[in-house]
Amino acid sequence: MSTANPARTSAQLLRARRMAALKANWKLFRASRWGVIGLVVLVLFILVAVFAPLLADPEGLQVTKATGGILEPPSKEYWLGTDENGRSILTLLIWGSRISLFVGLCATVISMVIGTLVGLMSGFFEGWPAAILFRITEWFLVIPYLPLALILATVMGRSLFTISFVIGLTSWPATALLIRAQVLSIKERPYLERARVLGAGRWRQMSRHVLPNVTPMIFANTTLTVAGAILLETTLSFLGLGDPTRISWGSMLESAFAVGAMTTGAWWYIVPPGVCVVIVVLAFTLVGQALEEVFNPRLRGSR
Amino acid sequence: MTELLALRDVSVSYGTLDGPLPAVRGVDVVVHAGEVVGVAGESGCGKSTLASTVLRLQPKSATVSGTVEVLGADVLTMGWGDLRALRWAGASIVFQGALHSLNPVHRVERQIDEAIRVHESGVSDDAIEERVGALLEQVGLPPARMRAYPHQLSGGQRQRVMIAMALACRPSLIIADEPTTALDVMVQAQILDLLSGLVKDLGVGMMIISHDLSVLADVCDRVLVMYAGRIVESGSAQQVFSDPQHPYTRALSGAFPRIGDPAARYAPTGLAGDPPDPRELPTGCSFAPRCPRVVDRCREAEPPLLQLEGERAAACIRVGEP
Amino acid sequence: MSVAGTATEEQPLIEARGVQVDFATRSGSVARALDGADLSVRRGEIVALVGESGSGKTTLARSLMGLQRPSSGEVFFDGAPLDYSIRGLRRFRNQVQMVLQDAAGSLNPRQTVYESVAEGIRLHGKVAEDPQGRTEVDLVSAALSDAGLRPPDRLFLRYPHELSGGQKQRVLIAGALALRPQMLIADEPVSSLDASIRGEILALLLGLREELGLGIVVVTHDLGLAWNIADRIAVMYLGRVVESGTTEEVLGSPRHPYTKALLSVVPEIEHIEPIVLTGEIPDPTRIPGGCRFHPRCPALADGSAAAAGVDEQCRTEPLAPLPATGVHRVACHLDTVLNIVS
Repeated sequence: MSTANPARTSAQLLRARRMAALKANWKLFRASRWGVIGLVVLVLFILVAVFAPLLADPEGLQVTKATGGILEPPSKEYWLGTDENGRSILTLLIWGSRISLFVGLCATVISMVIGTLVGLMSGFFEGWPAAILFRITEWFLVIPYLPLALILATVMGRSLFTISFVIGLTSWPATALLIRAQVLSIKERPYLERARVLGAGRWRQMSRHVLPNVTPMIFANTTLTVAGAILLETTLSFLGLGDPTRISWGSMLESAFAVGAMTTGAWWYIVPPGVCVVIVVLAFTLVGQALEEVFNPRLRGSR
Repeated sequence: MTELLALRDVSVSYGTLDGPLPAVRGVDVVVHAGEVVGVAGESGCGKSTLASTVLRLQPKSATVSGTVEVLGADVLTMGWGDLRALRWAGASIVFQGALHSLNPVHRVERQIDEAIRVHESGVSDDAIEERVGALLEQVGLPPARMRAYPHQLSGGQRQRVMIAMALACRPSLIIADEPTTALDVMVQAQILDLLSGLVKDLGVGMMIISHDLSVLADVCDRVLVMYAGRIVESGSAQQVFSDPQHPYTRALSGAFPRIGDPAARYAPTGLAGDPPDPRELPTGCSFAPRCPRVVDRCREAEPPLLQLEGERAAACIRVGEP
Repeated sequence: MSVAGTATEEQPLIEARGVQVDFATRSGSVARALDGADLSVRRGEIVALVGESGSGKTTLARSLMGLQRPSSGEVFFDGAPLDYSIRGLRRFRNQVQMVLQDAAGSLNPRQTVYESVAEGIRLHGKVAEDPQGRTEVDLVSAALSDAGLRPPDRLFLRYPHELSGGQKQRVLIAGALALRPQMLIADEPVSSLDASIRGEILALLLGLREELGLGIVVVTHDLGLAWNIADRIAVMYLGRVVESGTTEEVLGSPRHPYTKALLSVVPEIEHIEPIVLTGEIPDPTRIPGGCRFHPRCPALADGSAAAAGVDEQCRTEPLAPLPATGVHRVACHLDTVLNIVS
């Protein structure tokens, strides 16, 4: 009866403490100027993607309803010019951000789940199961990912899901190796030995001690993986392996290339999607690095 | 005797995100040639900050006041060129943690001759090699060990290499920061023997920083005890260890019981509580919250370092009271 | 206070018999960290395991804890050999607990003090089997107060980095006490702590023996600590116990040249002439033949072994491991001869 109260208040206090920790991390994050710039840029792009229907009429995506001329340079009406079908590049760019970000995030989720599971298990277990997992990871790491992605995309057909899956499947080994290294280092920490002394089994050691201590690294790594996934999506779409029914920055670059925008000097068709990809990838990388610094005090000290 | 090192009213404060952190507060230290001075204290008492201030090695966020004179030159105001000449050749530091202070990819020889090459131009390779060999011999290692990498050496051998490095440019003052921490008792005894021998043979002055009062009592001529950034007791090593005046020194010395003393059997002595946070020092004597002899007067003002008979001093208003 | 007199007939609570532990090194040779070590500890007894790094003292402690399975020899608990099955170890860990060497690293940085202390309580279902029907909060509070952290609830939600060194060590001791063990193994419990705090932790260990009847094995390199709290001492060198007996016997009238040397270098003012041994403990992959201490032995070097006519034995004839009895015993050829003479 008397204990019920302190227990509840302690849960509240714990929540308050977690909030305080979050605030402290945010303070550290804010101290990194490039991280903040990256975050602002990302938020802008995400807002654009979310509010695409308000920013640009989806009608503008349909070839049959195109209003402009062919490959018109930027003008008052078409700020970024038009494509070979007379569609506004700006409209394509805004709607393309949706697909690029969506595929990037989906692929990352797939990659993180596989990478984290494999990394945790190959780091934590010993003997042949760990060895096999590690070999598989290495195998995936050394296969040239582009041909693998090409083959998978060809076999599985071209759809948003396929492309996310393909990217996820080819980009997890780096995550797995990172997590594995982290787990191996945590496994040697005295607090794991203490857990064993107290009688904790493998599952508990893993879930209560290893996982909470690698989570921040997973989190920071996620943002870096998104950057890679967006780049890969662009590459695959550029090679014509994207979903043909949707516009993404990669598919814009592919069409631009196909109609010879480079040779005809239609820079407005190539530069905007290219620049967008670079900026978004850079922004994710900046945020990821800033997060890594927040979660890894050793990196902070070395600066 | 010449004053090799003179710190006068030195205060060091670190700028941190949560405001200034006073690490050292008004400390005076003098080291003469041929003399070994020990600075004892617990982690966070400011003793390592003090050591780094001597050669202006403190981090950029630190502000230093007072005067720091090494071989008569003011360290705080001298130019970079002079400071570089002073480091190694005038005074050198043996850092704590010999494993991390040695570069793992270079041979021992390279680590030692680096200082010589930097500070003395025009010395031939053969002469340098000869000198490195002689230095190693001086610290009790066979000269052939100069070809070894740090990982091939034991902890005690690495510490010897560190000392050889410090001796490389024939300095007249050596600062040793925790020279025996993390070494086994037997190896610790070896290193302490070596250090006292060097002082005797080379006539250098030495300042040894340690958390272990018993180690200092063994090798030092004079000992200073620091607490919360201030010196709370000083005097000859023997007196400070065996007849401490400040209650804090008494507790420190009690932590190393005399083996065979029946009074220490089943009666470990220590202090309750922890050292204060330098940002929130208590008013009055900073030791008052942990002091077994505290009275109301102690909380009124920080007690000054009172001169007692001889070269002894203690910062406690109850010195001499029963 | 001394338990040694009455204890000879009482059965030891935990006992190591001829424990040998081998590690394969990277170069393929075998390092023998323990080479037939015997040790016994009775209920409510404090035994200090003393030695330099590389002497095997931590390996012996880990073997007693069941963390290291001996290559040969056995560990007995309450008269029965240790059961290394998952269940057996679980039951064993209710009885014997350990506080590891590195207090700062032994606490999970992402767990609060409460979580850290409650871990053992949850693992062993201590709330369900509590005779007084106490809740988990009560048990955690009790453990923290036993470890001298009062009032306990003030610390519940602290994270390890917000604790001082002494508090961390107490939290670890509390975590072990929460299981109500009969024996605690403490590996260098104060070596990482500041001098002024050490006494308090040692006093806590003594108090726990007094109040809870806890048997304690304390692993240390510090002879002063052993003098402060231990009933008996076992001095280890290169994987073996070379001298054992009551604290008064071993530290008051040491008989092994190694113990004498260790004792002589304890920094103090008015010493006995220090016997500083040259070199360091040899590599456990190459244990010297004969007496394992002979290459560094001052008694062999100064000719006193030769005078007694045992120098040949020292170099060639290995010594038998010391049995773990309460009697003062020494593994030394010279000592054997001198004892017969006297």
